[in-house]
Amino acid sequence: MTPTEFLVLTRGPLFDIAVTIFVFGIVLRLFEVLILGRKADLAAARGAEFKPGMATVMRRFVPDREKLQGSPVVTILGYLFHVGFFVCLLLFVPHIELIHSTLGISWPGLPTAMIDAVAVITMLALVGLFINRLNSKLLRFLSTFEDYFLLVVVFLTLFTGYLAFHRIVEPYPTALALHLLSVELMLVIFPFTKLMHTFTAFLGRYYNGAMYGRRGVES
Amino acid sequence: MSGTSLQRGLKAWMEEMDAPVASFFSSCVHCGICAEACLFYTETGDPKYTPIHKLEPMRRFWQQEFTLFGKLLKTVGLSKPVTDEELEEWETLVYDSCTLCGRCSMACPVGNDITYMIRKAREGFVASGHVPKGMVGAAGRAIRIGSPMGVKLSALEAQIRHIENDTGLKIPVDVEGADYMALLSSMEIMNFPEYIEALARIFKQAGVSWTLCSEAFEATNSGIQIGSKDIARQLVQRVVDGAEKLGVKYVISPECGHAYFAIRWEGPNLIGREYKFEVVHILELLDQLRAKGRLKVSEKFDERLTFHDPCQIVRKGGVLAETRNLMGMIASNFVEMEDHREHNWCCGGGGGVSSNERADELRIKVFSRKKKQLDAVAPETLVTACANCRLMLEDGLEEYHMELPVTGLTEMIAEKLVEEEK
Repeated sequence: MTPTEFLVLTRGPLFDIAVTIFVFGIVLRLFEVLILGRKADLAAARGAEFKPGMATVMRRFVPDREKLQGSPVVTILGYLFHVGFFVCLLLFVPHIELIHSTLGISWPGLPTAMIDAVAVITMLALVGLFINRLNSKLLRFLSTFEDYFLLVVVFLTLFTGYLAFHRIVEPYPTALALHLLSVELMLVIFPFTKLMHTFTAFLGRYYNGAMYGRRGVES
Repeated sequence: MSGTSLQRGLKAWMEEMDAPVASFFSSCVHCGICAEACLFYTETGDPKYTPIHKLEPMRRFWQQEFTLFGKLLKTVGLSKPVTDEELEEWETLVYDSCTLCGRCSMACPVGNDITYMIRKAREGFVASGHVPKGMVGAAGRAIRIGSPMGVKLSALEAQIRHIENDTGLKIPVDVEGADYMALLSSMEIMNFPEYIEALARIFKQAGVSWTLCSEAFEATNSGIQIGSKDIARQLVQRVVDGAEKLGVKYVISPECGHAYFAIRWEGPNLIGREYKFEVVHILELLDQLRAKGRLKVSEKFDERLTFHDPCQIVRKGGVLAETRNLMGMIASNFVEMEDHREHNWCCGGGGGVSSNERADELRIKVFSRKKKQLDAVAPETLVTACANCRLMLEDGLEEYHMELPVTGLTEMIAEKLVEEEK
């Protein structure tokens, strides 16, 4: 297979398959969660559910003293990684163009030099999180293969993008195809792994906030 | 009952699964932050006490039964079914090292209410027969005798006579049509009868129409702690029957934490209908009386006081501002511990741990968290509002050779009450 054929394959059929699995997988997983429902609470409420639920969704974005002191590496690197990843995904001009060509919507991007720096920071944060997982007695105990594997997969999407952008791997079509392939891998495993927390964390936070809110507590 | 005990346990879990649980399990990324919120981890450094890890068998069961991918993994043998041995191993994690305090639920970045799930997990442990002996005993006594400590009506009557003789106060029993029916915890009857006296004094001053009920005076609910809805339902039903028979408008939960959570928040869901009366915690009622000017104190305490927030009343129960309003009424030198209100650290003996002798050593070990909190503010008296916390605090303080009196907020108020002689 020539580099161009490789690119055509990853950009065409493989990408379509990956996106299809991603979309249907997420719909299935959310269905599996929501279909279970929640029993009506018969205890007289002290507070509301909706507003406290939404408040908890927002509040848990903010790291508090205990998290910074108790889990500084996870909190700080975790924050850097999440923000960095979404900046690279959503504010890199070629990504915006791709989204524009498929969904028809677009927004302004950041200068590539800035994205470049953010990508480096994000990759370093991921490496740091990986090392921390191996080093911390607590995290080593909790971690499964999946926890390490997902860090690698997410890292690869950034790393291959970085290689392609800087023309480190030649020829360029091969580099871009590798980047697409890593993204496709992430999309395919997304619904069936903890990457799903991207969506379910919002549900979880809402339920937590709503259940506590009903009892008059800000959670 | 049919099937093996394991099957009964799994069936119980089947019924406990809901959308919040599925969201929570789907979201955990093993960040370890819940461990730092749990005194069983912070005080031992043992990762097995990580809150979410205590749910690992239930998580796998959920994945295998409620997700397509999990079913697939199970079919091809990549995900092992939950075994009886595993539940036996996890029993100590679920009962001895979790007080259902809810602190981890406040910390989780993805919003997992881990305590909510432990409460549900226990249903499966009970059904499969993996329960600490001490808790089985307490629950059995609660059903048979009416109190987890085996306190009978005659014991309460004896305490009432004592108090009436000593103080000249009247403790009303079985008064039909009273506004309020007060519940007590066995610990208050046996260890802290001062609480009953305090109620009588305060209600006399404030002109509250109240009564005890001879058929339903026990407020604690071992069913909630052990994780058995059947037992919990029977115990709640007893109170509901008593209150409806006397026709009271309100039922007063005593200072005891789990009693409040059981009767206020789980009760209606257990019996499957709304109450015909309202449940108020004693501190809520006292704060209402204070706000209306019906509760007056003659002076404040000068000594340095701090308040230990009982998890089930404050963090999980929502009685928050009331505790501080009342402390403000009686304390001139009040000091907050660093983590307080909804972020307070548990006494270590909630969630049935106090009636599980097997957990005593661990409970005392993790009390070091409370010690650190207390050492930092050096109070002269420690005030709380839960008979169980109080016993656990006294026990912990003694083990750590700390000289610090512990008392209940209601009694503190009663002590400084303006007595208006008629």
